[in-house]
Amino acid sequence: MNALLSLIVVLVLGALAYVGGSVEGLRTLFGVIIPYAAILTFLVGVAYRVVRWALSPVPFRITTTCGQQKSLPWIKAGYLESPSTTLGVSLRMALEVLLFRSLFRNTKAELRSGPQLVYGENKYLWLAALAFHWSFLIIFLRHLRFFMQPVPAFVNLLSGVDGFFQIGAPVLYITDIVILVALAYLLWRRFRDPQVRYISLFTDYFALFLLIGLAGSGVLMRYFFRPDIVAIKELALGLVTFTPAVPVQVGGLFFVHLFLLSLLIAYFPFSKLMHFAGVFLSPTRNLANNNRAKRHVNPWDYPVKVHTYAEWEEEFHDKIKAAGLPMEKE
Amino acid sequence: MAEHTPKPEELSKVDYHPPKKGWMDPHVEFRKGTFCYSALAKNIEYLGMPNPREWQPFDADWKLPPNWKQIILDGMKERLEKYRSFRLFMDICVRCGACADKCHFYVGSGDPKNMPVLRAELIRSIYRRYFTPAGRMFGPLAGGRELTEEVIKEWFYYFYQCTECRRCSVFCPYGIDQAEITIIGRELLNLIGCNINWVIEPAANCFRTGNHLGIQPHGFKDSIDFAVDELEDITGIRVEAPIMKKGAEVLFIMPSADYFASPHYYTLLGYLMLFHEIGLDYTMSAFAGEGGNFGLFTSHEMMKRLNAKIYEEAKRLKVKWILGGECGHMWRVAHQYMNTLNGPPDFLEAPVSPITGTRFENAKSTKMVHIMEFTADLIHNGKLKLDKSRNDHWKVTHHDPCNVARGMGLLEEPRYVINGVCNHFHDMPENTIREQTFCCGSGAGLGTDENMEMRMRGGLPRGNAVKFVKEKHGVNLLTTICAIDKATLPAVVDYWVGGVEVGGIHELVGNALVMKGEKERTADLRGTPFAGKEVKAHA
Repeated sequence: MNALLSLIVVLVLGALAYVGGSVEGLRTLFGVIIPYAAILTFLVGVAYRVVRWALSPVPFRITTTCGQQKSLPWIKAGYLESPSTTLGVSLRMALEVLLFRSLFRNTKAELRSGPQLVYGENKYLWLAALAFHWSFLIIFLRHLRFFMQPVPAFVNLLSGVDGFFQIGAPVLYITDIVILVALAYLLWRRFRDPQVRYISLFTDYFALFLLIGLAGSGVLMRYFFRPDIVAIKELALGLVTFTPAVPVQVGGLFFVHLFLLSLLIAYFPFSKLMHFAGVFLSPTRNLANNNRAKRHVNPWDYPVKVHTYAEWEEEFHDKIKAAGLPMEKE
Repeated sequence: MAEHTPKPEELSKVDYHPPKKGWMDPHVEFRKGTFCYSALAKNIEYLGMPNPREWQPFDADWKLPPNWKQIILDGMKERLEKYRSFRLFMDICVRCGACADKCHFYVGSGDPKNMPVLRAELIRSIYRRYFTPAGRMFGPLAGGRELTEEVIKEWFYYFYQCTECRRCSVFCPYGIDQAEITIIGRELLNLIGCNINWVIEPAANCFRTGNHLGIQPHGFKDSIDFAVDELEDITGIRVEAPIMKKGAEVLFIMPSADYFASPHYYTLLGYLMLFHEIGLDYTMSAFAGEGGNFGLFTSHEMMKRLNAKIYEEAKRLKVKWILGGECGHMWRVAHQYMNTLNGPPDFLEAPVSPITGTRFENAKSTKMVHIMEFTADLIHNGKLKLDKSRNDHWKVTHHDPCNVARGMGLLEEPRYVINGVCNHFHDMPENTIREQTFCCGSGAGLGTDENMEMRMRGGLPRGNAVKFVKEKHGVNLLTTICAIDKATLPAVVDYWVGGVEVGGIHELVGNALVMKGEKERTADLRGTPFAGKEVKAHA
């Protein structure tokens, strides 16, 4: 139900853009105003969310230790999984952000009769997540050729590598295939796995369908319905140089692509997609496991009511005395 | 075992199919054996906490304060501003489900709300509805839910069905820690007086008497004296066991179960033998007679209130540093919270072992050393005379306590000591030990008899791993360095395995330790004959 509804919403939004792109009065809206508004929403929204997180302090150092602590010199410490230094923490975070280290640990527990609990390898989620995110990044960088004149050398290099397997014309980018396969897997997984289906919200499907729509419309344009690339670059350059104009040659499918992109970036600050920034702030990962070596200060610490030794001795005075234990006041 | 607990064959038929109704329906059924009884009014009153009253979770009317909803929402707002962890963990979950089958309660119950992701969604849905624009505007479509009394009951059921073991947080790509969410969820419930007696009574006892069990100073002295007498019977040596001795070098802190419960007691015997043998200048304290801290299971404030005694007593007794015994959550508090809560302990010195001269650099600020670090260092430096064969009647496996593994990273020291004092050690499968260790299913204050069915369900993964090494290697002893484990794992292994005992590592140290001037020993601290001495002992 959630899935169907979000699919319909994305389809309707796509159709809206397709139609809007062909209506003269709406072309500026879809080609200029909405993209600008989306970028503005993204920048302001993401900054707001990150600042909100940053304003909440980290009162305790609550590292999740996934390896041996640094203790006695002859015991090998897990400098990546239980880092005690800033360098170690940086490496742990790098592994987490670039390679999804924690997700790589994923296993599947299966309860067989007996009972016998067995744990199997389960790396598909990790693989699909990694494939999607890296493809997305590379595709994003490839798109810089639309926004920059002259095109930077690294963008050409990246496109060259991505299109290494030259199959016919136009050049087939590997990431185009990888991203669609990865997204299809992530969606299929939400349907197939009863547990994941049970926890999936409308917003989970919505994000996936937006991404599939975005990647799908891009692939359609690149390989099947070639738009006027020169005109698109003119629009893109116009947007980044703040001299926006929508060339007449820019067509319907492109508007779908641009509109879904605008929705996606505007949706970021309101959604779970904020994990891209949040992962850097996670206190269980970005703090060193050096708690007993270096004191962590809680900025909002306040005095609390305690039961002092003096009160304790007074309450149990006779019993302490009878037991012959040492006392402050005889 | 509580009488209504189903048999293992029955309990292990777990249905993992989620129910037809969506999870946003908060209704829960308080079925006997799957929840803990409410906190007694006298205990809540004693601690000065809100809304003391007579009630039980299965009552229709929970007698919440009239403005309970405002209290919860205000409490959430306050905590969102105070804890980055809380705000972040409310925002960034993508519901990938990697955590789902990592929770022992989910594995053992199949209840989807025991998947860490969904347990967190129970509170996230309220967060979204009341604290985010999308949730306020779109409600359920944006994952938001109305806060009703049913939701409070649901929170109570599931936040007291999480042992704060942090296993899910190891697998989460963003490190989202359900323990953190449960801790805050319980804090919120405490604001309106929805708490369980198995947590609040130990907390109240600890506040008053210095320990969870409510043992008064003379009782403390009696149990230590009893242990000293028993040790004299066993070894022929009368050890010194100083209590509240001013000017001692070291203050020794242990969980109170060590001197009042079994099998913890044999660990206590082990400590006393060890300290005597190395001539440690130490003292125990009846005032700071508890390392465990049920405040961790109540609220950050209660944790601070109960923890304050340790530094206060160290200062009063003018010791140089603190040594801590075998305990799980006590060490999460000591390692990750104590110095922040009640430090800095400037009146103490950076810990140095008086026997080996080793400086415990890793504890130089908090000034508290884990006894596994201390003993591993003694063995490494050859300071102990050990006869490993005295543990030959044990085939040992080791359970890493959750808090020590994932809240501290103390993984090698216990294994080093075990291998130093016994000949037969076999680790359980790698998915069930070290940072991936499975909870006993009774931690975080849930180890009460009325909760037995849920405890056995939660204990299934651990029990299963023990069964594996029992069948493969003939393991007959499960060691652990956690007092809650020692109290609750015997039930788990009896239920799921059978024929395996539970004990502490310092019990094994005590068995193997050859003391100067000891009489000939034929049996271990439990009175079980050493291997090869059986005939003689029986004769």
